[in-house]
Amino acid sequence: MHQLTIAEIIRGLRDKQFSSVELTSHYLERIQQLDSQFNSFITVTSEQALNEAAAADARLAQGDAPALCGVPVAHKDIFCTNGVRTSCGSKMLDNFVPPYDATVIDNFQQAGAISLGKTNMDEFAMGSSNETSFYGAVKNPWDVERIPGGSSGGSAAAVAALLAPGATATDTGGSIRQPAAMTGTTGLKPTYGRVSRWGMIAFASSLDQGGPITRTAEDAALMLSVMASPDAKDSTCLDRPVQDYTAHLNDSIAGLKIGVPSEYFGEGLDSEVGARVQDALKEYEKLGAELVEISLPHSKLAVPAYYVIAPAEASANLSRFDGVRYGYRCENPADLRDLYMRSRGEGFGEEVKRRILVGSYALSAGYYDAYYNKAQQVRRLIKQDFVDAFDKVDVIMGPTAPNPAFKLGEKNADPVAMYLEDIYTIATNLAGLPGMSIPCGFAHGLPVGLQIIGNYLDEARMLNVAHQFQQASDWHQQTAPAAE
Amino acid sequence: MAVDAQTIEKLAELARIAISEETIDEVSSRLGDVLQLVDQLQAVNTDGVEPMAHPLDEVQVLRKDAVTEPNRREAFLALAPQSEAGLYLVPKVID
Repeated sequence: MHQLTIAEIIRGLRDKQFSSVELTSHYLERIQQLDSQFNSFITVTSEQALNEAAAADARLAQGDAPALCGVPVAHKDIFCTNGVRTSCGSKMLDNFVPPYDATVIDNFQQAGAISLGKTNMDEFAMGSSNETSFYGAVKNPWDVERIPGGSSGGSAAAVAALLAPGATATDTGGSIRQPAAMTGTTGLKPTYGRVSRWGMIAFASSLDQGGPITRTAEDAALMLSVMASPDAKDSTCLDRPVQDYTAHLNDSIAGLKIGVPSEYFGEGLDSEVGARVQDALKEYEKLGAELVEISLPHSKLAVPAYYVIAPAEASANLSRFDGVRYGYRCENPADLRDLYMRSRGEGFGEEVKRRILVGSYALSAGYYDAYYNKAQQVRRLIKQDFVDAFDKVDVIMGPTAPNPAFKLGEKNADPVAMYLEDIYTIATNLAGLPGMSIPCGFAHGLPVGLQIIGNYLDEARMLNVAHQFQQASDWHQQTAPAAE
Repeated sequence: MAVDAQTIEKLAELARIAISEETIDEVSSRLGDVLQLVDQLQAVNTDGVEPMAHPLDEVQVLRKDAVTEPNRREAFLALAPQSEAGLYLVPKVID
């Protein structure tokens, strides 16, 4: 049953091949039996899930079933869940039980989905390896000595290990696409503002965006249809109608123009990863697409611009964790200053503290123009590269990440080396464009991700392009041996 | 490129984050690496380029100044490490 995709589960539930209670129990048993190897969940909500499943079965029996009625999913522990601890992977929020649901969570409930629990993640979504979590590293189901990617490593590992057919995730610099690439899953980051950030714990507000991790593009379309919505509670959420993401999956892609940026195939790219991406591009040519060489000349500035903007916004966002209103408070504070200093010093992990300090530096008196303002100017240059490219092409493709999954601990001593793992994904966030990662083969025995970047609000086409590849290939159907 | 200890102490104060004496060297060297990375931006000519705040150049949405949510004071106060009589408690600020 755990091999089923979300699309197959929807059909199976409606055709009464199995009930939501049977399916949900099956996933909960798998999580209990297998997840000690992967550590992909922080909290499993068994009782709530079974209650929701029983209610879903009743609605299915009455023929009153919304889109995802009875479908179990997992949620990244960054989305606030009413009455269920939401930690954001941090000691700071280890005791935080939100009194409300994020809009994304609310949307899944309205759609009848079942929540299996909350998935592990890098602390406050800051990381590319899922090693900064207060709850311990997540292990890659393809090789438990390796990282699953981050920051949505728990969501990616849970889907790859078939512990959930789909999971929510968030992406600030690659945190959906890079773990999808590392685990052989399908991940989609929508256009900035397509999915509400209300109740999604903020990291860098001008970059953060929620999206799904699934096993197929079709399932990503089904989940995105539920996640995306205008939301008056998030003033940056786009007030534009949501497309029907499943309507164009089967359209032909003959004549599609694919931009291939030369900057994404240069120094630093593992040669086997590069070869798998080239194989995928050849497959697209067979499907009738045309490859067009393009240039994104400011690509190499994306990582430096990001590591000003994201820490600056993080330092402002994370100032709310003050040890007064919620979250961790140090023992016996001598005075208010000591309460702030020690609550934050003890409650945040090393990487989070490092980024807050960098952000404080970039925003401090005398440095604002040289760092934050400069980075926002460079950001516009990066966006303009994409705008110029999309005059000539329909989508852009390249590798999601320069290397396959690395060993746990391998890059911990060198933050800059870790940051460069996101070299191909970060520009998309800076420009606010939608991007996907889909499996396109193996390098050194580990999954490789093909990145597809779409134009603004062109998620339906991106999903069509991904789905057509998955109709012609079976990389997305390979499962990690540990998932059996 | 390491950042000097004085700068780290100033940043720690600005960010209200206690940094222990033992870790200050490591924080300083790693912070230096990150600043060296971002210093690549200084070489870029950005004359006349408008800083980009929103990818789609959307403007702030306005709404009516109307009450839409109930007052949930008790639910929110219940999350506080310490509260009393409907107020957040902190160490004494004024003598």
